[in-house]
Amino acid sequence: MSDKPLAPAIEGWHTMGDQPHLIGTRCTACGTYFFPKQSHYCKNPDCDSTDFEEVELSRTGTVWSYTNACYEPPAPFVAPQPFEPYAIAAVQLEAEQMVVLGQVVTGVDTEQLSVGMPVELVLETLHETDDDIKVTWKWKPVAA
Amino acid sequence: MSNEIAILGAGMHPWGKWGHNFVQYGVAAAREALADAGVPWRDVRFVSGGATVRCGYPGYVAGATFAQALGWQGAEVNTSYAACASGSQALAAARNKILSGECEVALVVGADTTPKGFLAPAGGYRPEDPDWVRFYLGITNPTYFALYARRRMDLYGDTQEDFAQVKVKNARAGSKNPRARYRKCFSVEDVAASAMVADPLRLMDICATSDGGAALIVSSLDYARRIGKADAPRVAAISTVTPSFASGVVEMPDIATDSAAAAGIEAQSFRASLPVKAYEEAGIGPEDVNVAEVYDLSTALELDWIEDLQLAPRGEAAQLLRNGDTAIGGRIPVNPSGGLACFGEAVPAQALAQVCELTWQLRGQSGDRQVEGAKVGITANQGLFGHGSSVIVKR
Repeated sequence: MSDKPLAPAIEGWHTMGDQPHLIGTRCTACGTYFFPKQSHYCKNPDCDSTDFEEVELSRTGTVWSYTNACYEPPAPFVAPQPFEPYAIAAVQLEAEQMVVLGQVVTGVDTEQLSVGMPVELVLETLHETDDDIKVTWKWKPVAA
Repeated sequence: MSNEIAILGAGMHPWGKWGHNFVQYGVAAAREALADAGVPWRDVRFVSGGATVRCGYPGYVAGATFAQALGWQGAEVNTSYAACASGSQALAAARNKILSGECEVALVVGADTTPKGFLAPAGGYRPEDPDWVRFYLGITNPTYFALYARRRMDLYGDTQEDFAQVKVKNARAGSKNPRARYRKCFSVEDVAASAMVADPLRLMDICATSDGGAALIVSSLDYARRIGKADAPRVAAISTVTPSFASGVVEMPDIATDSAAAAGIEAQSFRASLPVKAYEEAGIGPEDVNVAEVYDLSTALELDWIEDLQLAPRGEAAQLLRNGDTAIGGRIPVNPSGGLACFGEAVPAQALAQVCELTWQLRGQSGDRQVEGAKVGITANQGLFGHGSSVIVKR
């Protein structure tokens, strides 16, 4: 592991630190959440608001479904060599009433996942560049 | 007044990985459809093309490209791009032209030449593009199919063997279809021996991308009568509705669903909404359907579609499969063409290929894969960015 600084793989999509949150927006008129952030028009057909507040989304949820990637995805994905399969989860956030995709933390495979399982958001390396370590959000089963 | 139009001719260039210019496939399909219809090319006054976005400018203006290739004869042209539903949108444009009385006969045609492997997005750092984001984070097309498949297993008790049986069924049907790309029969063991791509889906559970072309000659019912084809199959409905907010199923290429947190908003399924308008428009129900062609991007997805089309209650499609109901000779055969499992996806041609198959089925011309006595057929497909379609053909 290098001592390069950590940097978000996608700028402004999550907070950093031990208890990270995804950063979304919320329509101040109808309460609809958006991730990725939406701050110009509300997509609720019954709402024409243009006023949004930036919010941190729930950092825990339950597994809606899950799978893994057994083959190396094409660019822009940057794959470690040799490629290691990783699990992926779609996670239901209760308050936001939405499902968010993400990789599952390293070391957890599909056999350890099930629909309805509680998970939390953590940060983990996506890939390294010459200057920094790009981190992104991943889902991690909550210890029972 | 009837809103139906007649299908006078159907044609396809066989699916494969031929590597030729897409125009060649479209012309071959169009010529076969014209010959099948017995309509002279100069009688066609509207050419409606499904666009391909992978073949440069000629693909963006596919309607004109095909019209020029067949020989400019002064017809009006249209090009539709709606991802997997492009063919249906092109068909809807032709139907509008015919029903408004602006033309009597139209050619609808789509064709594609596709690259190998994953369909990857443009490069750079482009977080505003959801397709770029999901690939950057390691989420490919099979990810989405696998999420739907795994959910079926955990909620309904479907098994990987059920999914394999979809492949076995479709491969058997496709083995009897000379236009299919893959015409080999497979066993459950063959599927189980193929490489895992995205758990629980293996390589043989997921469709390939293909080259291919499909075309229809459609006309007013009056024109059909005048040329002695009053009994031709008819397009009874075309649904190309958008999803309804909030879409509760995570869809390619998005990283998240809509939020259903606002008052009065509920999570909706796009796939399930597509046939609803088609059934309403045709004035029939799922109990009237004899045959269905659905978009089996994965084996498990065929089971989702069966329920979305209301051919089985939610969670019971696998039981239909196990009973043999969805095989040729069963109660409600699904994908008698062999489906995408045997064709592979040629995006702008695929929705039209589904209608071609129903046309041949309803005419009783499908040979060894004939669904006996089929009078009503339905198609369904779904693609990127809120595009999807469902077409009902009846005779």
